[in-house]
Amino acid sequence: MDISMLNSFHLDVLKEIGNIGAGNAATALAKLLDKKIDMKVPQIRIMGFGEVNEVLGGAETPVVGILLGVLGDVTGYILFVLEQNAANMLVNILMGKKPDEKMEYDEISLSALKEVGNILTGSYLSALSSLTGLKIMPDVPALAIDMAGAILSVPAIEFGKTADKVLYIETEFIEGRDSVIGDFFLVPDANSYIRLLNTLGAMC
Amino acid sequence: MTENIIKVGMADLKYAGHPGVLTTLGLGSCVGIALYDHKTKIIGMAHIMLPWSHQAKNNSNEAKFADTGIRLLVLKMIENGVRQKSIVAKLAGGAQMFSFSGGSDMIRVGQRNVEATKSVLRDLCIPVISEDTGGNHGRTIEFYSDDGRLMVKTIGYGITYI
Repeated sequence: MDISMLNSFHLDVLKEIGNIGAGNAATALAKLLDKKIDMKVPQIRIMGFGEVNEVLGGAETPVVGILLGVLGDVTGYILFVLEQNAANMLVNILMGKKPDEKMEYDEISLSALKEVGNILTGSYLSALSSLTGLKIMPDVPALAIDMAGAILSVPAIEFGKTADKVLYIETEFIEGRDSVIGDFFLVPDANSYIRLLNTLGAMC
Repeated sequence: MTENIIKVGMADLKYAGHPGVLTTLGLGSCVGIALYDHKTKIIGMAHIMLPWSHQAKNNSNEAKFADTGIRLLVLKMIENGVRQKSIVAKLAGGAQMFSFSGGSDMIRVGQRNVEATKSVLRDLCIPVISEDTGGNHGRTIEFYSDDGRLMVKTIGYGITYI
């Protein structure tokens, strides 16, 4: 089935998948930071490749990206994109420093950020696992600090081999009242979102 | 200098007459191919994502691949009065944004994109006169019709002209 065949019911189910996964990840992040973390309603973005670059409000915006492969019955990628300020705050809190202290991207802070990616992705995927009964696991995390467009293009390229569109399940995380932390993207490959929809009884 | 800036998206290609500027933002492992004809000052740019069309299951969008994308761009430039012999090429991109241990094919896609691009240009007898490829950082490029200079903008590696 092609992405263009997905109807609004399918999209709602995928949105709910984002809701449950990201909800679990937000709880994990809140515990980790001992702060209140909110999330927005997930968005299902079905994009041509020309649009992928612009998802985060500008292809050249510097961001921190943590990318993990998804393995098991569902395959694809999870990409956690952090605003630089938020990455800074996250590392400081984890290191027991003041949240707004200036941070260096040294070995330890990069490793801390990867670990955050690990924990959040783990909780996202384990929620999906218990929901569907499918085996879904994260691979090891990799990190890049660079232009948003260049980072977002990485999962897209992989799907370029089989499709002209990609499907990103995006959930935005917010700390406190309105300070954006970052965006969580689940990018399942074509077989995987069909499998997810099948397992949840959304396909006839 | 900022008149008539045309944006080239991912898996897309465009050309422009003089005066014109072509730009593509946030190149990661994709490769930006800038073609220049100094006689007509016609410029062309392709933003390819993958090396070879025959390796992909879906190859309907020719601009997605190095082989079909470059050929299509050259063809369009020739249709507009450019002689193939006078085209020169500049390349940017082909980075590896994330470093994983292992190094599977997917991870090396930047390098494979650059290799395929050069091989296709060699077949078309189009010389690559300068390049800024590889590494692990993103690039934004701007290509100017007046003298064929290519600006490469990065985060942390400054701005260069090639």
